[in-house]
Amino acid sequence: MLLEIRNLHVSVEGKPILRGIDLAVAAGEVHAIMGPNGSGKSTLANVLAGREGYEVTGGEVLYRGRNLLEMPPEERAREGIFLAFQYPVEVPGVSNIYLLKAAVNAVRKHRGLPELDAMDFLKLVREKLRLVQMDEQFLYRSVNEGFSGGEKKRNEVLQMAVLEPTLGILDETDSGLDIDALRIVSEGVNSLRSPERAFLVVTHYQRLLNYIVPDRVHVLAGGRIIRSGDRTLALELEERGYGWLLDEAARGQAAGQAAS
Amino acid sequence: MSAQPQTRAGAGEAFAAAFRERRGGLPGAGLAWLEGLREQALERFLAVGFPSPRDEDWRYTDVRVLARRLGVPSAGPGPVAEEAVRALAFEGLEAHRIVFVDGFLAPALCAVGPLPEGAAVGGLAEALARDPEALAPWLRLPEGADGLMALNLAFMTDGLHLRLDDGVVLDRPVHVIHLRSGAGASAHLRHVLVLGRGARATVIESVAAVSEAEAVDNQGTTVVLGEGAALDHYHVREAGPRLYHVGAAGVRQEAGSRYVSHDVTLGGRLTRSGIHVELAGEGAECVLNGLYVVGGRQQVDCHTRIEHRSAGAVSRELYKGVLDGRARGAFTGRVVVHPGAQRTDAEQANHNLLLSEDAEADSRPQLEIYADDVKCSHGSTVGELDETALFYLRSRALDEALARSLLIYAFASDVLERMALEPVRRQLERRLTERLLRPEEAEGVI
Ligand SMILES: Nc1ncnc2c1ncn2[C@@H]1O[C@H](COP(=O)(O)OP(=O)(O)O)[C@@H](O)[C@H]1O
Ligand SMILES: [Mg+2]
Repeated sequence: MLLEIRNLHVSVEGKPILRGIDLAVAAGEVHAIMGPNGSGKSTLANVLAGREGYEVTGGEVLYRGRNLLEMPPEERAREGIFLAFQYPVEVPGVSNIYLLKAAVNAVRKHRGLPELDAMDFLKLVREKLRLVQMDEQFLYRSVNEGFSGGEKKRNEVLQMAVLEPTLGILDETDSGLDIDALRIVSEGVNSLRSPERAFLVVTHYQRLLNYIVPDRVHVLAGGRIIRSGDRTLALELEERGYGWLLDEAARGQAAGQAAS
Repeated sequence: MSAQPQTRAGAGEAFAAAFRERRGGLPGAGLAWLEGLREQALERFLAVGFPSPRDEDWRYTDVRVLARRLGVPSAGPGPVAEEAVRALAFEGLEAHRIVFVDGFLAPALCAVGPLPEGAAVGGLAEALARDPEALAPWLRLPEGADGLMALNLAFMTDGLHLRLDDGVVLDRPVHVIHLRSGAGASAHLRHVLVLGRGARATVIESVAAVSEAEAVDNQGTTVVLGEGAALDHYHVREAGPRLYHVGAAGVRQEAGSRYVSHDVTLGGRLTRSGIHVELAGEGAECVLNGLYVVGGRQQVDCHTRIEHRSAGAVSRELYKGVLDGRARGAFTGRVVVHPGAQRTDAEQANHNLLLSEDAEADSRPQLEIYADDVKCSHGSTVGELDETALFYLRSRALDEALARSLLIYAFASDVLERMALEPVRRQLERRLTERLLRPEEAEGVI
């Protein structure tokens, strides 16, 4: 199993946000995580990427059989985890191309590969720029500074395409994108799909899943996965909303409590 | 409390004796007006002494430490090797070079190329010998001058003299190098820069020391810009850890003139940089950029005062500080909009990054507005590195140390980017990257 999350509990500032997540993702799979706002989707994504400020109060996460939660964020990245941020961060004064090059070489070094020389690096980046249909001038601008919402999201996918992660986590990469941008971003992701890689796609909308077809769909609500299914679950959610599922989950919980 | 006046009186006695002994040999000796000025200045110093730490304007400068080290002025320059001067050149910059050692012009180290008609670039002492009356209006004891300024005027040994007649444009920048050799306790340079109508120049001043001996610089600068004149003025301080450097500049701007200052402090034990700009003429503009990147026990105190005295003048001010170790950085920026200075457009900001628990930043923006049709803004922050940006970079596989260094570099280089003179900007950017990054990391960062 590439990623195994077992009974994960996470609190933020003393408030429980994730309350027992179980999830197993095998190489080659795409899992979609859906759910209402505030249900903990970003929390899950951030915890997997190693962001500070989240307290794991229970459970464990294994990545390729190793304890992921022990690793600093840079080590997770070097081991092949990539988080496309819901809100990509502006870093004035650091150019996109510098970041890309430093990132690629840090990963290569970790894998015992020599650094890419300037020519090979540029060749790689140009190829990926075409994939996400970004102009080369973006390379020389500060990371995300002054980028439109859509440009930021594409820049995330560019970074992901360049780094070729083993586990790509996309946190609402589709929100705020028009249909063309959505297609471009999806193609970027699809081009990376392979038997060795897996993706965790956090989204609000079934729309994205027309392009990135998931193997499994999970609904996260109140810090728990309340339903898992195949892609038809996403279609059902599109049609019926989350209400019925939340009601069902609440009934199930009440019944469980009554029984115990 | 009781010991202080005694110390002052003792110091006063030593300075008075040095003055009696040296006055005959100081530049302009024999000129009644100048001797009068020197005497008046010495009297002021004897009367007021060194600024007191209780004085609001000197709260963030360790004046006692400074005063203890400020011995009587050097009697002459110590030796400086030519390599030391060459090391301070900016790669790719063709400039007239003027070098001062311990407060004295070092002609053998200077290199002034051909100048356009109507331009004078050289030493103040020499200018005083040639045409003293032309300098008389610019050498005065300002009202309310503090003890250090008074001491500077009493003892001034030399300084940069730059004079451009109306319409004269100095294409080649003037690079002034201030070196301390380890000889003598204090140096008192006075620079006079007078640009006529529409004249233009660029002056870079480098402050450095070739010795590790303790030394105090007490410099004073007068800048006068005629209508439509423009001066780009750079200060680059990279002295070692034993130099105490005080600089006080007064800038007077006539209508439509432009003064751009880049004030960069990377070295020195204590630096006090004062800039007082009078926007006297309509539509005058001043741009004051500052950067201090210090650590250890270094102290930097930047004082600026911008007086909008006429309508439609513009001031833009940005100072940034990066403080590590036990360093202290202070910024006091006063903007005064006088009655009648309508359509004033003033922006001021001071931002500080604290890299250690023991570092300290003090930021005091001060606005005084006595006109109604004005646009003024000011902002001030003291903070640490942005955790979100740090995480973002680390999530892209960069190790924490590199992520930190990049963010520090980006914060600081924001000020350097405003420099028009590329060789100076590049060199300072290189200095910063050398400090913050390993060579292989530095590639491509600028
Ligand atoms: N840094 C934080 N500080 C305080 N509360 C937070 C923080 N991050 C998330 N939360 C809270 O955790 C809950 C889940 O948030 P999030 O994971 O962002 O949900 P989603 O991505 O599903 O919309 C919300 O109630 C949110 O307010
Ligand atoms: Mg979210």
